[in-house]
Amino acid sequence: MSPLKLHLLLAAALFAVGLAGALTRRHAILVLIGIELMLNAANLNLLAFWRYGPNPEALNGPLFVLFTIAVAAAEAAVGLALIIAIHRRYRTTRIEEIRRLHG
Amino acid sequence: MDSLDQIFVLAKQALLGLLPVAWQPWASAVISVGAILAVFPLLFALTTVVERKALGRMQNRPGPNRVGPWGFLQFAADGIKSLTKEDIVPRAADPVVHFLAPLVVVLPPILAFAVLPVGRNMVALELPETGLLFFLMVGTAVELGVFMAGWSSHNKYSLLGAMRALAQLLSYELPLILSALAVVMLSGSLSLTALVERQSAVHGGFLVGWNVFTPWGAAGALLFFTAALAEANRSPFDLPEAESEIVAGYFTEYSGFKFALFFLGEYLGLFAISGLGITLFLGGWLPPFSFLGWVPSWLWFFGKLGALMMIFIWLRGTLPRLRMDQLMQFAWQFLLPMSLVNLLVAGLWHFTAAWPLALRWLLGAALLAGPWTLYARQFAARHPRRIYRYVT
Amino acid sequence: MTLPFALLAGLILGGAIAAVSARNRVHSGLFLAASLVGLALVFLRLGAEFLGFIQILVYVGAVAVLIVFAILLTRDADSPRERIANAPVSGILIALALFALLAWGVLLWNPGPPPAAIPALPVKALGDRLLRDYVLPLQAVGLLLTAALIGAAVIALPPPRPGAPDAGEPKR
Repeated sequence: MSPLKLHLLLAAALFAVGLAGALTRRHAILVLIGIELMLNAANLNLLAFWRYGPNPEALNGPLFVLFTIAVAAAEAAVGLALIIAIHRRYRTTRIEEIRRLHG
Repeated sequence: MDSLDQIFVLAKQALLGLLPVAWQPWASAVISVGAILAVFPLLFALTTVVERKALGRMQNRPGPNRVGPWGFLQFAADGIKSLTKEDIVPRAADPVVHFLAPLVVVLPPILAFAVLPVGRNMVALELPETGLLFFLMVGTAVELGVFMAGWSSHNKYSLLGAMRALAQLLSYELPLILSALAVVMLSGSLSLTALVERQSAVHGGFLVGWNVFTPWGAAGALLFFTAALAEANRSPFDLPEAESEIVAGYFTEYSGFKFALFFLGEYLGLFAISGLGITLFLGGWLPPFSFLGWVPSWLWFFGKLGALMMIFIWLRGTLPRLRMDQLMQFAWQFLLPMSLVNLLVAGLWHFTAAWPLALRWLLGAALLAGPWTLYARQFAARHPRRIYRYVT
Repeated sequence: MTLPFALLAGLILGGAIAAVSARNRVHSGLFLAASLVGLALVFLRLGAEFLGFIQILVYVGAVAVLIVFAILLTRDADSPRERIANAPVSGILIALALFALLAWGVLLWNPGPPPAAIPALPVKALGDRLLRDYVLPLQAVGLLLTAALIGAAVIALPPPRPGAPDAGEPKR
């Protein structure tokens, strides 16, 4: 099997694990962990295509990864701040118990 | 005099010459790693003794003076003591994480030394594209180790210490990286060796163009070393292990050699980050005056490191510890804005390269001094001088 | 498949599975960090030194630390008495189906021969492209990060209580 396919399979497996985590866990932070895993799987895909695909001098893959990492960092910061705010208000971080989002 | 300057490089090459060619890359790595593992822990041992003696003098007491000549073998006694002590793991602790934490704390600073140029041609791992980034990366890995130690001990003092340490490390990382970024902006390189070589220009015939001798470099060095003290948990930023408040912070529940490992990791981190500061601002292994070029380059590096250590010991003996809210306020409301202003000044310095030097200096210094005094006044207004009256 | 790749894949997937299935939430955060370190090593093997280091700097140094910090702040690090999963079977089935679909697509696809040499990732060229062709996205990301910084601080501020001193004023 070519190395590109191996990396793509690894990324697909990582994405599936992240999706399973995000779908099944009840704790908001664990859902966030699942989402982070999925984002990282996408990054792996981008880099694998850059490395083994045509025209690597254009550096499109690494640039996309750079942007994804920045967006993911912002997402994690805001997400965790939201979780802390919700915890402060409702005393819980289990997502099925947070039913009302109005102030 | 070149042979004295390059004595360690030549010795390594001679040693490698004795081996078959196929082994040489591996042997080269082993020799470099061995040198790092021999030099810096020894420096740690010496620093602890010097620190205790100097602090003792500042507090009007002799300090350690029993083991060896003038007490200078105290570190050996301490090492043997910590090796022979019982290794205690609390019953409530998380055993795996508790075991891994000291390793995660000690390994990153050792890795950081790999990219640090300690002399001309003396760097274990040359990363021409990403040297500084590698250094910053291993620096952040310590945070996880600190958290692991504090959380796994299952002790409220450990946890408090870890929370304090995490908040502090995350907050002071920003000014640290931003002030290092100013140097990268003007040097156009992330390789630490190239950063040193950029500073070798000579001004006025004898004064070397270290980065610290520019407005952005001087302010950057101040910001950098302040943030470095906080990153290394040194006084006055040693809240995570404030012994009068939370026992020993995140390593309260460690004993014997694991405790010594935390101690070692802390000092190695301090050496590494000071070494980075020397490389970025104080000219690395370059001599201050060109007529002193005959002194070997590695001696300059370690001399600067020793001088910095003495300044840090002096600070520890002088300054009282900050309070937690003051610590956070200082990082976010003073260091961070000032390092952003410093980036602006560095950019201006780059674009005004054709101007006369005095004018550039004046502009940079004015741009830095304005916000600096403004912030200082705001701070003074927020924290009025407290007057203590002793009841007799 | 080479041995280093297999080891790294094991580390990444094992860490990820442990992260989403661990009972102890702090362990989840630590496993996430281990998995992301493995991913950074894969980036290094792909020749993207710069991005591998950035990955550790951002994810292990900041995101993982933030996550464990938030776990501690929400104070249920020590209450594992609950079913860990919401609808475990259907969620895992959906994830497995997705993986099967993706793997099917990857295995059927026939890419051209890979380039022999590892392409270089010069940081200068990366910066040049970032500041020439991608200026607008770069500005947008800068705006996003600033907004996230301020937004996170505002959201996490404690709600003002009547009669309490202003949050900016230190207590005396």
